[in-house]
This record gives sequence, structure tokens and C-alpha cells, in this order.
Amino acid sequence: MASTTGNAEATPQVSDGVESEDGVRRRDFINIAAVSAAGVGGLVTLIPLISQMAPSADVLAESTTELDLSSLEVGQSIKAVFRKQPVFVRRLTQAEIEEAQAVPIGSLRDPQTLDERTQPGHLDVLVVMGVCTHLGCVPLGAAAGENKGEFGGYFCPCHGSHYDTAARIRKGPAPSNLVVPEYEFTSDTTIVIG
Amino acid sequence: MSFPWAKEYTPQNGLMKFLDEKLPLPRLVYNAVGAGYPVPRNLSYFWNFGVLAGFFLVLQIVTGVVLAMHYAANTQVAFASVEHIMRDINWGWLMRYAHANGASFFFVVIYIHIFRGLFYASYKPPREMIWLIGVVIFLLMMATAFMGYVLPWGQMSFWGAQVITGLFSAIPLVGEPLQVWILGGFAPDNAALNRFFSLHFLLPFVIAGCVILHIWALHIPGSSNPSGVEVKSESDTLPFHPYYTAKDGFGLGVALLVFMTFVFFLPNQLGHPDNYIEANPLSTPAHIVPEWYFYPFYAILRAFTYDFILPAKLWGVLAMFSAILVWFFLPWLDKGPVRSGHYRPLFRKFFWFGLIPVMAVLFFCGGAPAEEPYVMISQIATAYYFLHFLVILPIISSIERPDPLPFSITEAVLGSDKKAVLGENAEPVAT
Repeated sequence: MASTTGNAEATPQVSDGVESEDGVRRRDFINIAAVSAAGVGGLVTLIPLISQMAPSADVLAESTTELDLSSLEVGQSIKAVFRKQPVFVRRLTQAEIEEAQAVPIGSLRDPQTLDERTQPGHLDVLVVMGVCTHLGCVPLGAAAGENKGEFGGYFCPCHGSHYDTAARIRKGPAPSNLVVPEYEFTSDTTIVIG
Repeated sequence: MSFPWAKEYTPQNGLMKFLDEKLPLPRLVYNAVGAGYPVPRNLSYFWNFGVLAGFFLVLQIVTGVVLAMHYAANTQVAFASVEHIMRDINWGWLMRYAHANGASFFFVVIYIHIFRGLFYASYKPPREMIWLIGVVIFLLMMATAFMGYVLPWGQMSFWGAQVITGLFSAIPLVGEPLQVWILGGFAPDNAALNRFFSLHFLLPFVIAGCVILHIWALHIPGSSNPSGVEVKSESDTLPFHPYYTAKDGFGLGVALLVFMTFVFFLPNQLGHPDNYIEANPLSTPAHIVPEWYFYPFYAILRAFTYDFILPAKLWGVLAMFSAILVWFFLPWLDKGPVRSGHYRPLFRKFFWFGLIPVMAVLFFCGGAPAEEPYVMISQIATAYYFLHFLVILPIISSIERPDPLPFSITEAVLGSDKKAVLGENAEPVAT
């Protein structure tokens, strides 16, 4: 039987309304092709609709922060802003360093040593995001006089998470330690976060 | 629609006849909330709260549309634009206080409506679909109310947004990218505020659509009633209009008196003073709490403090959502043949001395600081909450011996139903 269109090699036995041996008609092919094209087209339309909600270019552009730590005294902390979120930088005292290193790693919920959470040669500079890993509140403890919690680090007032002097989770609902962002020392007293 | 003795709509004049032929909207209204809808004659005031919820939805939409004419969804000006509404716009203070307290009253009314459904087991067949749509409406209300509370961009707005979107970050693998996607940034900011405004405007209309489905599903079996006995004859019912329009109108008047007392004399009583401080991403308020109507679920969220296979945070989030999702299964968890709590002695005891006190405790703990003893009390109450729905209710509803039911609604009201016993008018209900 002669085919009227160019797809003769695909279904040579089929013409409109006539079943081939396996029961497939030309109209079935057209149906499936049309519905598939519409379906795929519809799904592709979702990409811009979903993607428009992701962070925009200007939000992503604010992605590095430079900090001068030369005036940060031992035992003091500063709050800075990185990606519109707070960052805590604390210069640890010798006692705080020893306290952090005395904790058996196996007993921690999120096992990490102080060395792993600081840069080599800068064991006393602890840089962490000031965002509780539970539900994102800003923990207390960075400013003078604030509650540092039971372990002398940070305390989140929202749901009662206690962090130790290395900002590791010790008690409360938070699942992990305060996040150490990516940063590097560009000089002895300057860091660039991000 | 539901019973053979329902009065039929007859258009009274030419215009109505024309409408009835082309678009029978008056007929729809007549059969839905007019004389054409026969309703059990014994409904108590607990059956008033569906109408009240509908009223508060309309109130929220009207005041909300007005507020949207003056509000600006931008982090630079949002906080100031709310004060602009309060101080400069004619009657702006009334619109805002009515909207803010209207949200609270919407939840009061809905909680009583849900409570009614739980005590009288209105979720039982043949009304499962009404209940399921109702739970969907409740979830939509929670999302809408949460996003509305973010819009003034005060401290509680900001930190509420941070904590609630942080719930999604508890989901393994996709959680954190999902949170960033929902917020459009790494913390709540302009992108989040804008989209929340857009969705806060949209969702009430989705709720209104679901309310229409809710009422549609209700009109198939007809309203339940305090005896839990189904309608048997015409003497069991009254036409919705004028009997229940009058009764619900009176109830609405009482509700408005209480509502207006809050709007005029205690407008900030149900809010939180911290939300009159502009949002500050670097400082968390000492005591973050959601709006009062989320307290029980917030208490459940915070009750999980230990890792057990899954992280504590994920348990809290799962439990909080499950606390509402368990309602979807209620029609099948309650196996008892009798609906009304009045005829279920065992069910009634566990309802009044189990579920209700536990809900009250969760309400209290949700607003308390995250300290002992509140954490442990929340844990016990949360455990009982799930125990009630998943264990106690299926067991007591299987073993319970219910009290004898009245023969009919008429007998429940008058003490006897001679007509029905003698067989006059006692035709079975047509579906």
C-alpha cells in the first residue's frame, strides 16, 4: 500500500484508518506524537517558572567579604555579614583552645577537631557562620555579655542549642556544628570569606 | 439536592426565569443556603462555625485587598508602609487591625469547627471527603497566615520566615537547596518578601475554591447533627432558610461583638511586640514564637532533642507535619459504628480527659521558652497526641459498647417520634 507522507520507511504498511499487523494505526502514531510534544513542551515551560525562584544574579554577586582582624583582641568576637548572613570571628583564649582540644572527639554529635575548624597556624581564629544549624536563628555569645551557653561558646535562644568554644554542637536540637565558611588569610590579619 | 422533600426553586419573575434558563445561579444559591436545603432540626451552636469561618474568609479577603492597595513589598519600605497604613491612610488602622485580628479569629473559629468534627466524628462515612478537603483548607490557611505574618517585615516576621523555611533544610539531600530556592537567597530578603506577598494574595482564592468543594461535598449527604443519627424523614429537618440563616445570623452577631472588642480595645493583644521592631538579620529576638495559633505544632517541632536513627531536627519537622497529616487518616482510624460523642462513653472520656488537655498543654508549651521543664512536658504531650490518634482511638472505637441511639433526630429532640414509628413519612433517605 502506498504511503502518502515521507515516513514510509518507519511504517510502510500503514495508511490512515487501516491497521497494520501489530494493530498500530497511523492515527495512533500522530496521537502519541502530538501528546508527547505537548507534554514535553509543557514540562519545559516549567523550567523558567521554577528557576525564576532561585537566587538572582545580584544576590549571588554579593558572595565575598573581606575582614580586617588586626584590632580583634584575644577573647573578643566580631560579627560580620557574608551573603546577608552573620559571620562570627572569635580570637580564642588559650583556655578556650585547651577546653576545645580536651573534648574526646568520639563523644561529639558532629565529630571535628579544633584544628579541622581553623586554618593552619591560626588555631586561635575561629570563623563560623552565625546561623544555628537547627532552624537558622543567630546564636548568642558573639557580643560581650551575651549568654554563651553551657559550653562557653554560643547559645541559640530559639530552641536551646549549646555550642562549645570551637562552635561545635554539644546539646540541643541542632544536628551539626556551626558551619565554617570557605575563607583564606590574605595577610596575617586579613581574611577573605567566600 | 439531597432529600426528596427539599423545596424546589421556582423563579418568581421574568428576570429570574431568564436567569434560571441561562445560568441557574439563583437556583444554586437556593439549594445551597436557601429554603431548598433541608438541615437536621437539632443542630447546636457548634454547627454555626462553618458559616463563621466563611464570614472570616470573606473579611480577610476584603480587608486584605484594601491593605494591598497601600502596602509595598520591598524590604526597604515594607515596615514603613505598614506604619503609613496605620497613621496616614483613612481608616487604615481599622483595616489593618481587622485583618490582623481577623486571622486570629479565623483560626479560633476553625479550631472550634475542627473540634466539633472530632467530638461528633463528622469525618465518618459518608462525610469523609468533606473532612479531607477541610484538612487541606486548614493546611492552606496555615501557609497563608505564615506568609502574611512575614509581610510587615518586623523582627518576628523575619525570624519566623527564617525558622519556618529552615524546616525544609531538615529534609535529607535536597533540603538546603530547597530552602535557598524557596527564599530566593541564602537568608530571607527582598526576593522572599516579594514572593510571599504574591502567594499571600493568591492562596485565599485557592482556599475559597476549596471551600466551594467542601460545601459541595457537604450537600451530597447533608449536614451531620449532634445525635449522629442520619436524617430519616421530613420531620427530622428544617429548611436552611429562614431557620438556620436566622440562627447563624445571631451567632455571627455574637462573634462580631467579641471580634470588634479585640479590634477596637485590644488590637495588639494577640500579636507580638517584637514585630514593631524592623527586621534585623544580625540579631535574633531572645524568644522567638510564632503566632498563637501555631503553638501546638511549634511545641511538637521543638519536642525532639535527641538523634534516633534520623537527626533530631528531621524528627521534629516530620512530627510537626504528621500531627496534621494524621487527620487525613481519621475516617479510617476511628472504627466505631456510632458518630456522636454523646453516645460513646469511652471515646468521650479519652476525648475530654486525654486529647483536649494534651492539646491545651501543647498550646501552652508552644509559647513557652525552649527550656526545661517545658521541653519534657512537650515531649510527653507529643507522645500522647500521636498515641491518641494512632493507638487509643482505633482500640477504644473497636471495643467500645455505645449507648443506645435515639430512633431518629425527631425522637432525640421530642423524646418520641410517633410518625416515624408508625411508618408515616418514614421513607428511607434517597441519596
